[in-house]
Amino acid sequence: MSLATPLASYLLVSALVFAIGLAGALTRRNAILVLIGIELMLNAANLNLIAFWRFGPHPEALTGMMFAIFSIAVAAAEAAVGLGLVIQVYRHAKTTDLDQMNRMKG
Amino acid sequence: MQEVSAFTPQLAASGIARVLWLVPAVPMVASGIIAVLKQPRRKTASGLAIGSLALSLVLALIAFGHVLAGWAHGAAVRETMNFTWIQVGSANVELGWVLDPLAAVMLVMVTFVGLLIFIYSIGYMAHDENYTRFFCFLSLFAGAMLGVVIANSILLLFMCWELVGLTSYLLIGFWYQKPSAAAAAKKAFLTTRVGDIFFLLGIVWLFAQTGTLLFYDSGAGSLESLALGGLLVHHAAWGLTAAGAIGLLIFAGAAGKSGQVPLHVWLPDAMEGPTPVSALIHAATMVAAGVYLIARVYPLMQAGSLAGGTTTALTVVTWVGAVTALFAALIAVAQNDIKRILAYSTVSQLGYMMAGLGVGGVAVGMFHLITHAFFKALLFMGAGSVIHGCHEEQDIRHMGALRGSMRTTFLTYAAGMLALCGFPLFSGFWSKDGILGAAHAWGPTRWPYFLLVFGALLTAFYMTRQVSYVFFGNWRGHGHAHESSAVMTMPLAILAFFAVTLGAIGTPAWPWFRAFLEDRTTASIEHEPGLMMLMLTSSVIVLVGLGLGWAIYGNKTVEAEAPDALERMAPPVWAVLRDKFYADELYGATVIAFYGWWARVADWLDRRVWGGLVAGVALLFRGWAQLNRFLDVNVVDGSFDKGCEELSNGGGLMARVQSGRGQTYLRLLAVAVVILTAILIWSSRG
Repeated sequence: MSLATPLASYLLVSALVFAIGLAGALTRRNAILVLIGIELMLNAANLNLIAFWRFGPHPEALTGMMFAIFSIAVAAAEAAVGLGLVIQVYRHAKTTDLDQMNRMKG
Repeated sequence: MQEVSAFTPQLAASGIARVLWLVPAVPMVASGIIAVLKQPRRKTASGLAIGSLALSLVLALIAFGHVLAGWAHGAAVRETMNFTWIQVGSANVELGWVLDPLAAVMLVMVTFVGLLIFIYSIGYMAHDENYTRFFCFLSLFAGAMLGVVIANSILLLFMCWELVGLTSYLLIGFWYQKPSAAAAAKKAFLTTRVGDIFFLLGIVWLFAQTGTLLFYDSGAGSLESLALGGLLVHHAAWGLTAAGAIGLLIFAGAAGKSGQVPLHVWLPDAMEGPTPVSALIHAATMVAAGVYLIARVYPLMQAGSLAGGTTTALTVVTWVGAVTALFAALIAVAQNDIKRILAYSTVSQLGYMMAGLGVGGVAVGMFHLITHAFFKALLFMGAGSVIHGCHEEQDIRHMGALRGSMRTTFLTYAAGMLALCGFPLFSGFWSKDGILGAAHAWGPTRWPYFLLVFGALLTAFYMTRQVSYVFFGNWRGHGHAHESSAVMTMPLAILAFFAVTLGAIGTPAWPWFRAFLEDRTTASIEHEPGLMMLMLTSSVIVLVGLGLGWAIYGNKTVEAEAPDALERMAPPVWAVLRDKFYADELYGATVIAFYGWWARVADWLDRRVWGGLVAGVALLFRGWAQLNRFLDVNVVDGSFDKGCEELSNGGGLMARVQSGRGQTYLRLLAVAVVILTAILIWSSRG
């Protein structure tokens, strides 16, 4: 089977999304934006999973799909937990600015 | 010589012997109470002192009566009360007291004369601000002296002996503001200490040899025949037996206390103390303690003598006594201080007592001790009265013609003076005659007899000189002499009575005193052959002395500053006598100079040699310490400090990394992942 789009293109897009997510997670001060960055990185990983499945030796098996769906479910749960945490922190500190949340210092 | 007396040992002590300890204890307790009294309570102080001594006198009289009754019924008692004081291993330190004729006689004498002098002191010290202190010391002295008298343990005797020495020191230096009094006190203390060292050696030796400290202990005491036999067998150096050597050591202590040559130098200086002190301590009682000590240990001194013979110890006692008697009498001739004349006279009379003990036994010496105590106390108190009457003047050249203005003092003083001279029928005559008679009959040599006879002549001479200067001639003093108060003259009168009559207890016709002391009947004492000749001789000698004195000094009008009659006759002799044979100068040039030199050597050694050594060692240690300090600061502390600093810096760095910001951690994680990835890629390519 021949595909119009080669694997490298998928990987490039995925790496780009990952880089954008990473940059967002590392540089944003707003906790919600950091969460969005993390979601972006997760989705980049999912894209990689799908791409490697499609171009892998056994595309007829639905393993890649299964992985991606699991990953999305876990990401959804993680996002829910992360948002819950952010809301709790906000209630406690009246801010979502991560630079002011340095109470994790041991 | 004294016979071996047959005292009956008494197993059950009588009531008075049991409580005999009260005699010294009462004045001692009184002294303690006076010591805590306040200064202004003068009447209480003197009342306590006199009351306590009066109580002691009563007890002493009861004890005396008890002993006397025993003697009258056949045998004089010697009762002892002994007890163990300390037990050290198998050795017992035992103390105890003894009641025998010797102690009883002495007790009565000390308490009686002491009481009179206490009463006299009320008048004499009336204006002294340290009145209570005076009576405190006086009481302590009386207690200690009575302790010496009753002691049956040589240790107890020594303890009381030293207490007596202490009170003597305190009382000589009573007016310690006067430098001369302070110096005299020191001199008395140190000089008697020389004798006491030997005494102590004798005590230790006696204890080592006999194993007991007690004199009499129903056969086991050190003065009883068993122990004496052991002492005689044991030979010390130079052909002496242990008994003789110990006797000589004890005599050295007695000589120190009793002012025998060559330890007499302190006694005349002791006259710096108040006159009652001179009378009580340095004439009547304390200085007699040495004589009493020899009488007490007489069995020891006498041990080993053959019948009618003598021992080395007794020979030494005799010679020292005889030489002292003459030596001090010579000095007394050329003194001008009223108390100093009496002081040298005391030294001289103590020499008589010692010689009497040496040649004639306990009774002869003790008899003179007792009579002397009365008339010498009388003379000193008379002198005190004169000094008081003449406004504290002590130089006889600034007195004169006092027989009119001080009638009682003159009469009593004259009685005392005649007793001292040995004028026939006065007490001193009988006691001195006893000594001269015994010396005349002494086996080895007649020389002590001649010395004593010459001394007797001089005694009469110097006393006549003194009395002539003080009571006759013309008044050479300042102001007006006045008679002393009754509290001072009454004791004088009482003592004068005894000074005249006390000889009656020891006349050759009725030698009661000797019989009593030696526990015999008066009839059993045989008379010396040629007794009448002796008595005649001594009477003639006394009269010659008195006559010479009167011829030279009697009732003449002289200038106070004029040279003495004898000084005009023989100036060099006079100078030697006036300067006391240069005894003080001799000691100054030998003993004192040696000590001074030795002290300077010791000082030099101390400063230069030992001091240098110590300084060197100190320097060494300081250098060592500096090195240690350097090492400590720079090596030990430095390395530790450095390590701590590094730890602290590292901790600070790590603390900064752990900022608590999640993003920082993530960034570091990202950088690390990038680096790891780069390495992975790099290595897979390579």
